[in-house]
Amino acid sequence: MAKFLFFITFVSLLPLFGSSFSSENPTDRRILVLLDDFAIKSSHSIFFKTLQTRGFELDFKLADDPKLTLQRYGQYLYDGLIIFSPTIERFGGSLDLAAVLDFVDSGHDLIVAADASASDLIRDIATECGVEFDEDPTAVVIDHTSYAVSETEGDHTLIAGDDFIQSDVILGRKIIETPVLFQGVGHTLNPANNLVLKVLSASPSAYSANPKSKLSTPPSLTGSTISLVSVVQARNNARVLISGSLSLFSNRFLRSGVQKAGSSIKFEKSGNELFVTELSKWIFHERGHLKAVNVRHHKVGESDEPAIYRINDDLEYSVEVYEWSGSSWEPYTADDVQVQFYMMSPYVLKTLSTDGKGRYFTTFKVPDVYGVFQFKVEYQRLGYTSLSLSKQIPVRPFKHNEYERFITTAFPYYGASFSTMAGFFIFTMVYLYNK
Amino acid sequence: MEVPENGKSASLRHAFGNVFCFFILLLIGVLAFSIRLFSVIKYESVIHEFDPYFNYRVTQYLTKKGIYEFWNWFDDRTWYPLGRVIGGTVYPGLTLTAGSIWRLLNSLNIPLSVETVCVFTAPIFSAIAAWATYLLTKEVKGTGAGLTAAALLAMVPSYISRSVAGSYDNEAVAIFALIFTFYLYVKTLNTGSLFYATLNALSYFYMVCSWGGYTFIINLIPMHVLLCIVTGRYSPRLYIAYAPLVVLGTLLASLVPVVGFNAVMTSEHFASFLVFIIIHVVAFVYYIKGLLSPKMFKVAVALVVSVGMVVCCAVVAVLVALVASSPTKGWSGRSLSLLDPTYASKYIPIIASVSEHQPPTWPSYFMDINVLAFLVPAGIIACFLPLSDASSFVVLYIVTSVYFSGVMVRLMLVLAPAACIMSGIALSEAFDVLTRSVKFQLPGVSGNSQSGAGDTTSRTVDTQSDMVKTEKEPPTDRTEDTTKERTSKKKKKKEKEHVEKPSLKSQIQKRLLVLPLEASVIALLLLVLLGGVYVIHCVWAAAEAYSAPSIVLTSHSHDGLHVFDDFREAYAWLRHNTEVDDKVASWWDYGYQTTAMANRTVIVDNNTWNNTHIATVGTAMSSPEKAAWEIFNSLDVKYVLVVFGGLVGYPSDDINKFLWMVRIGGGVFPHIKEPDYLRDGQYRIDSQATPTMLNCLMYKLAYYRFVETDGKGFDRVRRTEIGKKHFKLTHFEEVFTTHHWMMRIYKLKPPKNRIRGKAKKSKSSSKGSTAASLKQSGRRKRNPWH
Repeated sequence: MAKFLFFITFVSLLPLFGSSFSSENPTDRRILVLLDDFAIKSSHSIFFKTLQTRGFELDFKLADDPKLTLQRYGQYLYDGLIIFSPTIERFGGSLDLAAVLDFVDSGHDLIVAADASASDLIRDIATECGVEFDEDPTAVVIDHTSYAVSETEGDHTLIAGDDFIQSDVILGRKIIETPVLFQGVGHTLNPANNLVLKVLSASPSAYSANPKSKLSTPPSLTGSTISLVSVVQARNNARVLISGSLSLFSNRFLRSGVQKAGSSIKFEKSGNELFVTELSKWIFHERGHLKAVNVRHHKVGESDEPAIYRINDDLEYSVEVYEWSGSSWEPYTADDVQVQFYMMSPYVLKTLSTDGKGRYFTTFKVPDVYGVFQFKVEYQRLGYTSLSLSKQIPVRPFKHNEYERFITTAFPYYGASFSTMAGFFIFTMVYLYNK
Repeated sequence: MEVPENGKSASLRHAFGNVFCFFILLLIGVLAFSIRLFSVIKYESVIHEFDPYFNYRVTQYLTKKGIYEFWNWFDDRTWYPLGRVIGGTVYPGLTLTAGSIWRLLNSLNIPLSVETVCVFTAPIFSAIAAWATYLLTKEVKGTGAGLTAAALLAMVPSYISRSVAGSYDNEAVAIFALIFTFYLYVKTLNTGSLFYATLNALSYFYMVCSWGGYTFIINLIPMHVLLCIVTGRYSPRLYIAYAPLVVLGTLLASLVPVVGFNAVMTSEHFASFLVFIIIHVVAFVYYIKGLLSPKMFKVAVALVVSVGMVVCCAVVAVLVALVASSPTKGWSGRSLSLLDPTYASKYIPIIASVSEHQPPTWPSYFMDINVLAFLVPAGIIACFLPLSDASSFVVLYIVTSVYFSGVMVRLMLVLAPAACIMSGIALSEAFDVLTRSVKFQLPGVSGNSQSGAGDTTSRTVDTQSDMVKTEKEPPTDRTEDTTKERTSKKKKKKEKEHVEKPSLKSQIQKRLLVLPLEASVIALLLLVLLGGVYVIHCVWAAAEAYSAPSIVLTSHSHDGLHVFDDFREAYAWLRHNTEVDDKVASWWDYGYQTTAMANRTVIVDNNTWNNTHIATVGTAMSSPEKAAWEIFNSLDVKYVLVVFGGLVGYPSDDINKFLWMVRIGGGVFPHIKEPDYLRDGQYRIDSQATPTMLNCLMYKLAYYRFVETDGKGFDRVRRTEIGKKHFKLTHFEEVFTTHHWMMRIYKLKPPKNRIRGKAKKSKSSSKGSTAASLKQSGRRKRNPWH
């Protein structure tokens, strides 16, 4: 058991992982897959296969398995959780909503796929993560302009989505050119929530309604505010994928061709396979995971880190940032990493220069203000885990003997005092001995 | 004739008197020291209250790191994140004194801890202060008055309150420095010796090092000099007493980092410079007067006055312009509130919020100086018979200090020595007159009375020593007195014959001062009784009123003694259970103690140098939970500490101080408004309280879970049931509450790991409720950081 390495983010301080703590290997290894029935295992086998070939151990269980548990003796048994059971009303065993959320809050990753028949439990998990499914339980996303052309005319609920998030980190370097097939419920995100990202948005002509009944009122969710697939990166860097469609991952969608309505190009194969593979790489921390180590600072010309700086000292700050490539830590290169010298507000804000080997460094002068400062690196980039480093360092004023002893402007005063002394001495002499 | 014989006996008596005087002083020292040990005996040898903890911490630093490090100490553990330059903002006198004592003792291989030295510094210095009082009063009115005054000062409650063992505060050494500076000034005034003048400047330097109250000296002495000049008492002695003090004293004072250029820049010091100019002008005039003939002098005066007026007007105009250009007119807030007692309460809530800056009540005079209050007028009268330079000085001292004590309770401490000196003089004079008249009317001692005129001093020594004894052991002495009385009654008849006998002129003159025997004996008795009452009161005050260390509280109830050691419990918890660099926020009263006892960084402390920072904490305490969390989070605060007395009835808790937080916070951040916290102008926390009050952080932190103690939430300080009993905290979590709930420590919750979506509006009721309950149970457990 101890051989297994737990995923952990380096910035989150999680002391509760005693022996199996490792920030060296952030990629997940053991994943629990919850299914409505084992038919899904075969109907989604391509997706599961890609995970297994990438080295994940999948543990398939029925969602209402009475022996279901995520942890034993306070240790989590899994690093990731895939919930492919949209209809489940109650999990079996000790698993419930709170346990799932605890799992996420302790830094583990989660994939939730809903469906048109999504249960309240699934909806609650999504809501807790900041994703709100359409409140109407019968509604699905309908799009009359960017639906996928199929043999039967259908009700335009099979959508060919191609409005992806513009992020190499989340979706990989290879641009997904073919549309992704989607069939399921739409959801919205709170715009104020900066932890949630739309990965696949609906087109402006989409809306969410029950396709079987006639629309009596305007649909509550319309246009590109509808998100089809969203990801959440929690503050502890746990990642959650929420999809409104379970069939997005299915073999049928992965294998089928796609032709978007109004487009003459017919793709042999939909973009689903690439999409779910790349997305799962991101979700399970095979990509976009940064770590910062060796935060160092010292005076220019010295190498030891001082306990305190003096105002107007010149100092050098450096930090090493690495990115996890899925198997090893590679130097991270960017030109937008900044350091703040911060006391209630940043006094110095400098962009760090990098040597391409992961080391970022800069030099600056301590401001002419004393107090307890912090070196702060707040690096939040789309798709990357957030780097938030702060290191406290006091800055003291000059000591009494660090000022200049004689300053030129004061020479008149020195002259005045010395001449007064001399004059007084002469006066005393004259007064005493010249009677 | 009988002169050699008399002279011999007189010198013998004189020597005897000196030895006697020495032993009395020694006893007074022992008395002054030991009366202050009640706190150690009744409680333990600990540092008291708030400021002493800071002084103790500074002393520790000094003894550990040496004087240069201390001088340049930048403390990053207070006033986070601003820090505080301690070396440059602290009066180093006390610290250096205790540090030197510690070093001296260690070099003598007496391994006392720094804490022990700090605890006993104040009692030691109060003994020395008593001796300084002796010296000062002796200069004014002779040895007898000196000894009486010293004995009175040794146990005056006002001074005891600031100098019990453990009360390691600036005032402990500053009062000695104050009296000693005054003594040296009077001594210089009496002798005209430049040696004493130099010593005076050094003593003034020590005072400047010790306490901000040095401005009292540098204003009082110029006032006295001016008084002397105006009343035509100018003499070269006055010049020698004053001019070197101003020059040397100002130079030395500006060497103290905390004073620095203030010694010449602020209005507190202007009086001394003005008088310095005046005394030179006056000296010059006297010099010219000696040179010129009276006629020429008149011409010169006319010339100089006309020219001088013009120059003076110009100088005054410039000065006024300079002073008026600064907003506070160049005066610091504390000094302004001395001149205008309503100033602080109007403009500076942070000064007004300190209880020791409040004007005293009448009972506090009786409490703090007791019978001295009645003796002072007599002392003033005695000082006018005859009025000398020295006695006019003490009169001025008492008059000004009475005024200042009326402004601030704290300055009662300055009044106490003056009152002791005055009462010492009064008692001594009264005993002098009364015993003389008794002695004069007793035939047995008539022989001595012939030489009596010469050695009044030694006689007063005797009476004084009696007096001192009576003060120490009233009962025994009272019996002595009654025996005396009896004998005197027997010899009553003889006296009348005896009185007619003396024929010398001096004796006739003396007869005029003689009071009837009965009257004087009864008066003596009454005075002794008065002294007895004073002693009883002082001992009671020392034992009961002023020896509580305030970090350990006790209370007596029907089932015995209760000890409340909650403060140290909480600080120990912080010390052992939090990270070294964690920041603890509390109201500023507890800042010094937190840094000294818990060794954690605080946001604000008792050195109230940054009003905005304190107002920020005040605002956070007066804000609703979320806003408060944001303020504290922006200051990197991890823990919040509140003092709550509602369970045990400890009245000086944070709820009672809360209005000051609102006022101070509102002074800087106007969205905090005091009327929002008051219901019809009344401060209340019961069900009638305003919603703002019931929702502010201070209320919540103080009363969180309070209802669980007795089921009703009855606050024993406010004597009412609290208004809002059942509530939850969303952004704070309780981590520690002491045994008697006097200190409660809360931790700021980290920001939520996820941001929830909006709660669903339409939901089937049955499913909704189960889901909600699930959510709740989940939320309670869920905290990934903990």
